[in-house]
Amino acid sequence: MERKIILLDEGWGHMQMGITKLKRILEGLPEPQFSSQEYMNLYTVIYNMCVQKPPHDYSEKLYNNYGDAFVEYIESTVLPSLREKHDEFMMRELVRRWSNHKLMVRWLTRFFQYLDRYYVCRNSKDPLKDAGLQRFKDHVYNEMNAKARDSLIALILREREGEQIDRALMKNVVDVFVEVGMGEMVNYEEEFEKHMVDDTGDYYSRKASIWIVEDSCPEYMMKAEEALRKEKERVSHYLHSGSEQKLLERVQQELLVVQGPQLLDKEGSGCRTLLRDDRVDDLSRMFRLYHKISQGLDPVAAMFKKHVTNEGTALVQQAEEATAAASGNKQGGGAGEPGLVFISKILELHDKYMGYVLSCFQNHSLFHKALKEAFEVFCNKSVAGYSSAELLATFCDSILKQMGASDQEAVEETLDKIVTVLAYFSDKDLFAEFCRKKLSRRLLMTPDDKNKNRADQLDNERMLLTKLKQQCGGQFTSKMEGMVTDITISRESEKNFKDYLGKDGTPKLELDFSVTVLTTGNWPSYKTSDLHLPEEMVKCIEVYKEYYDREKKHRKLSWIYSLGTCHVRGNFEPKPIEMHMSTYQAALLLLFNTSEKLSFSEILTQLNLTKDDVHRTLHSFSCAKYKILLKEPNTKTISPSDTFMFNSKFTDRNRKIRIPLPPLQDERKKVTEDVDKERKYTIDAALVRIMKSRKILGHQQLVTECLEQLQRTFKPDIKTIKRRIEDLITRDYLERDPENPNTFKYVA
Amino acid sequence: MRRSAIKAASKELERIDNVFYTYANTTSGLIDPEGIERLCSDMEVDPTDVRVLMLAWKMKAEKQGFFTLEEWRVALKALRADSLSKLKKALPELEKEVRRPSNFVDFYSYAFRYCLTEEKQKSIDIESICQLLHIVLGSQYQAQVDSFVEYLKTQNDYKVINMDQWMGFYRFCDEISYPDLSNYDPELAWPLILDNFVEWVREKQS
Repeated sequence: MERKIILLDEGWGHMQMGITKLKRILEGLPEPQFSSQEYMNLYTVIYNMCVQKPPHDYSEKLYNNYGDAFVEYIESTVLPSLREKHDEFMMRELVRRWSNHKLMVRWLTRFFQYLDRYYVCRNSKDPLKDAGLQRFKDHVYNEMNAKARDSLIALILREREGEQIDRALMKNVVDVFVEVGMGEMVNYEEEFEKHMVDDTGDYYSRKASIWIVEDSCPEYMMKAEEALRKEKERVSHYLHSGSEQKLLERVQQELLVVQGPQLLDKEGSGCRTLLRDDRVDDLSRMFRLYHKISQGLDPVAAMFKKHVTNEGTALVQQAEEATAAASGNKQGGGAGEPGLVFISKILELHDKYMGYVLSCFQNHSLFHKALKEAFEVFCNKSVAGYSSAELLATFCDSILKQMGASDQEAVEETLDKIVTVLAYFSDKDLFAEFCRKKLSRRLLMTPDDKNKNRADQLDNERMLLTKLKQQCGGQFTSKMEGMVTDITISRESEKNFKDYLGKDGTPKLELDFSVTVLTTGNWPSYKTSDLHLPEEMVKCIEVYKEYYDREKKHRKLSWIYSLGTCHVRGNFEPKPIEMHMSTYQAALLLLFNTSEKLSFSEILTQLNLTKDDVHRTLHSFSCAKYKILLKEPNTKTISPSDTFMFNSKFTDRNRKIRIPLPPLQDERKKVTEDVDKERKYTIDAALVRIMKSRKILGHQQLVTECLEQLQRTFKPDIKTIKRRIEDLITRDYLERDPENPNTFKYVA
Repeated sequence: MRRSAIKAASKELERIDNVFYTYANTTSGLIDPEGIERLCSDMEVDPTDVRVLMLAWKMKAEKQGFFTLEEWRVALKALRADSLSKLKKALPELEKEVRRPSNFVDFYSYAFRYCLTEEKQKSIDIESICQLLHIVLGSQYQAQVDSFVEYLKTQNDYKVINMDQWMGFYRFCDEISYPDLSNYDPELAWPLILDNFVEWVREKQS
């Protein structure tokens, strides 16, 4: 059936009626909705006009008319209505008109749908929807957006100042900016967001300049935190989520970055003050605020480091003063009380500020680093001539000496702290050496009455060694571990020896006698002496030698009498008293079993000890607290012309007394010398190891690698390393590369 | 070689040997210190003159104070000197040869080795080093040598100098601008003694 041709005017007239109806609906005038029949009609008209054969195919005209329909409506009705309104009213109208327009586009698109199918595709035109929306953008949005933006910003300002505003309206207007971009955010960003962020920046810049003058640092920070919170809320209420980062960054910029130096340095309330006054909450806030700003934490961390360094250095100062005040009444003993106090305070300091790092500064690596560097500064200062490594070892010694009485957990905690802090000390090997010396004293010379807690003591020692091993590696603790093992084994072998004595055929001993066997390499070196022992002791030694040779062939025993202890019963006239003393002392005293009176030189000959040893021993009996021997003349010091007699009239309140020897000459210097020597070997070994694997290496790299390898033990200075390199060249381990004097080659 | 050339060469060798035997010790068959002294006197050259050392270098003489026949032959043949007067005339030429940069380093290190008289000796005492420095580098780097010698005599860290330090000093003279020492970098692999020397000089200057 031949369809009737629809001419353009006729067809368009038909459409126009539909459009008019639609407009009336949009204007809110009483108008029934489109029925499906009406809709179908309109659609069909378009369809027909498009499929008609030329010259009656009106697709192009229809497409253009479609667009024009919007423009006509906009210019006649929409724009005039918008233009006469302002501020909120204008905003509301804009929202309404946009909503209407979208509806109009939707309906007209449906009517003109057929164009989308063929005409639009074939001619690469904008789809109906886009073309429709574009009309609004070109004619309404472009004219109104500046006003709309200004109104939005003005309302934001009012909300900031405390007024309540219509957030739903805000959101709707913002949505216009977003939607009008038709998939792109460009309009929102360029025509609204940018201005809004700038305006925000200005706003907070003004506020900041007032606050920075009027408020203290904590107050300012609270205001800043609040501002950031509010702006974040603002975004969630009516801005596009994409604005959050830009907005907050700008606020941060104005409040925290621009004002940063002034804020942190604020006199009387800035970062330094907060640290000084332990204002933990404020410091946490400071961290939170500056954490998000790139490099924002750097000045805070720097101040933290400086503060901790100052605190630590003050402790050093205090210790120096305390030592100076107390000096005069000791000769070569440890740094004494001030030294122990110093270390204990350092541990406290570390606890406190590590707490800060973990809580206020949320375990941030920058602050860990600051703490570490601060501690490295003052932990390596010496106090009154004592190296910090030695002081730490002395402290450790004091902790381990109080065993049994103290709470096991507390001891472990303190040892943990010591090991943690050890990481900051560069002379770890010096610490280890002092530890070893003191360990040997603890293990060998503990007075007997504390013996019942032996097992605990050894456990504590092992606990410390395990912790040190974890921190510094096995080589660090291997000798000390060996020492503890020696003592443990000795305990067991004592039993074996007693059993051996009990057997038939073995000679019986008059004395109750036990031997502690030490492995030479593990223990500090001790001088041996050719002490002439009393007969009874000589027999013990011989029996033991026989026993030992039987058990362990091919082992040589060196006897260190200076370390032995004896219990000697003194048969004094008033009452017998049991005396605890060293073997040297016992040997000397027993001489008086056979002689009434002895001169210094006679004693010297009979004992076969050095003059110094005899001197010290005699001093302990005649010039100290307990006068076991009477001296002629009765002066305060020993001289080679003195003579001695047993003081049979001696007595004391106690039945058991201990007669200590005067302390040995200062062996601290020797420890330091030993460590220095050891370091030379260690550096040499490290250098050779590195060169052996690398074969050829530049000077700087060699030095760097050497430092790295040794850092767990100690920190050598560059000159020492250079010296060792030169020594190795002389000894033909290394040579300079003839082509490049800054490079070394390994000599196989 | 043609017979006449061979004959000429052997004649030359004979003359060279003759000069040798003029100064050699009849028992040992070597020119000993006394012989060298006579040689120097005949050449009108001081025995401590650097040119004597240069001659030793040319000979690759192994033992200080002694020249063997072989060593003698090597040098005089190379110098084309078969008489004393020719030898004397050859000295300036020899000096020029030694001072050529390509040869000088070799000569410089030879000078050190030449002074190692004991078998396992690896270093030379300060006193001798100072003398040697004057002889070998005195003319070329007088300022540096004077200063370094003064330093060596005042310091206490080192009692001897080894080859590495000896060579290092030449490098120092060659590379480092003096007396400002502006391009000296102690971070580099200069021997420690030179680091200390530079510190000492800088302290003196301030």
